[in-house]
Amino acid sequence: MTAALRITGLTFAYPDGREALRGVDLTLTPGERVALLGPNGAGKTTLVLHLNGILHGGAGRVEISGLPVTPGDRKAITEIRRRVGVVFQDPDDQLFMPTVAEDVAFGPANLGVRGDELDARVTEALTAVGMLEHRDQIPHHLSFGQRRRVAVATVLAMRPEILVLDEPSSNLDPASRRELAEIIESLPVTVLMVTHDLPYALELCPRSVILDAGRIVADAPTGELLADRDLMAAHRLELPFGFDPAAVRR
Amino acid sequence: MERLFLDRDSRVHRLSPEVKIAAVLLFTVVVVITPREEFTAFAGYAVLIALVTAPARVPAGWLLRRSTIELPFVLLAVLLPIFGHGERVDWLGLSLSVDGLYGAWNIVAKGTLGVLASLLLAATTTMRDLISGLDRLRCPAVITQIMTFMLRYVDVLIDDARRMRIARLARAYDPRFLWQAKAFAVGVGSLFLRSYERGERVYLAMLSRGYTGTMPSVAGRAPAREWAISSALPVAAAGMAVAAAALP
Repeated sequence: MTAALRITGLTFAYPDGREALRGVDLTLTPGERVALLGPNGAGKTTLVLHLNGILHGGAGRVEISGLPVTPGDRKAITEIRRRVGVVFQDPDDQLFMPTVAEDVAFGPANLGVRGDELDARVTEALTAVGMLEHRDQIPHHLSFGQRRRVAVATVLAMRPEILVLDEPSSNLDPASRRELAEIIESLPVTVLMVTHDLPYALELCPRSVILDAGRIVADAPTGELLADRDLMAAHRLELPFGFDPAAVRR
Repeated sequence: MERLFLDRDSRVHRLSPEVKIAAVLLFTVVVVITPREEFTAFAGYAVLIALVTAPARVPAGWLLRRSTIELPFVLLAVLLPIFGHGERVDWLGLSLSVDGLYGAWNIVAKGTLGVLASLLLAATTTMRDLISGLDRLRCPAVITQIMTFMLRYVDVLIDDARRMRIARLARAYDPRFLWQAKAFAVGVGSLFLRSYERGERVYLAMLSRGYTGTMPSVAGRAPAREWAISSALPVAAAGMAVAAAALP
């Protein structure tokens, strides 16, 4: 079976010389949900921006369902950006069009979808996140949780194969956090979730990897990984007060 | 952001934005090029404005209140007859310049008609529709894109500024004199930096969704019937101008 995502030997240094990735290897099988954990400055965002070819230039290789990410090839990179849907942390960065529906239509329209088909895509994506009745609203008038859900819809409208979520639970109230978890669980796509919210990782992702100092330093079932106190402490990962991963029944 | 828009359902509201923009623009051009002595033509233009205002369901009081934006220009116009040169007339003990009176009338009449027409457009068209109207009228994409982003982010920016102001006040900042404005100035600077960084993040988000440098085009065109209806305004105005000029 072709891997949904295959990263081999990926390195990257910023122009100022700072090495962000020092040889990352990671493979995701289709339909898998994996949490990408790691302290601030570990290179998580840098890695995410490699998945759709926005950052490039180092050594190594990234493949999405067998298609290599080749930033020079415009046609191929459009297909890569369709396959990899990145939901950024701040929904105000992601929602830049004046209305919800226009924003959701932006991605598929860039792929050449027009007319009724485009309308159907918008409806489908907004239905999947339960935001259809807000389609003509101004993003600024939505709650933060609603904006985050619309941000997910903007990517779903492109029918991606991998959904990459950057800190999906940040700034959400507990109810919005749970609603988003239900939405993520209901989606039939491969998910790579960058998060500091370890209980969220445990709830949604059977498998987790830890990225630290530009390398994958651990790759294991989430429950096991969170229970390894020494490993966690070595990479500045801490569970919330009173949270015991062993006590959570999956 | 939609402070000028009056959310009503009327025939004027339902017209496509591009036909309304074109009509108001052409009407204003006719008004501006009409010689200032053609008083009947200007009276006719005012009637035309009234004829659009009624079906648009825009209250006259609202129009008058909003048109106060014109007042600074009116003040300038008032000075012209007093300080103008040439032939003078006496009026209520004041010696006024005839040329200045004509000049003042020219500014006030044309200004008022232009402001009223623009207000009618703004009252019946949302900002979003105005931008897509300009887009369909082949306004350069760079300009309409900047306006689109401004429309989306101006409220975000205002919120940012408000939060920063509250944070300053919460630390007992209470500027009373100009030389205490430093914190405010620094705030403006960091607001600029924040917006600049947001711009970069938005660009990354756009690239991630397949942006290649051009926005997806706005679909749809106004039907010919709407063009015909809206052209009535500039055509009638032009007719009046010609008739007024032809009459002795």
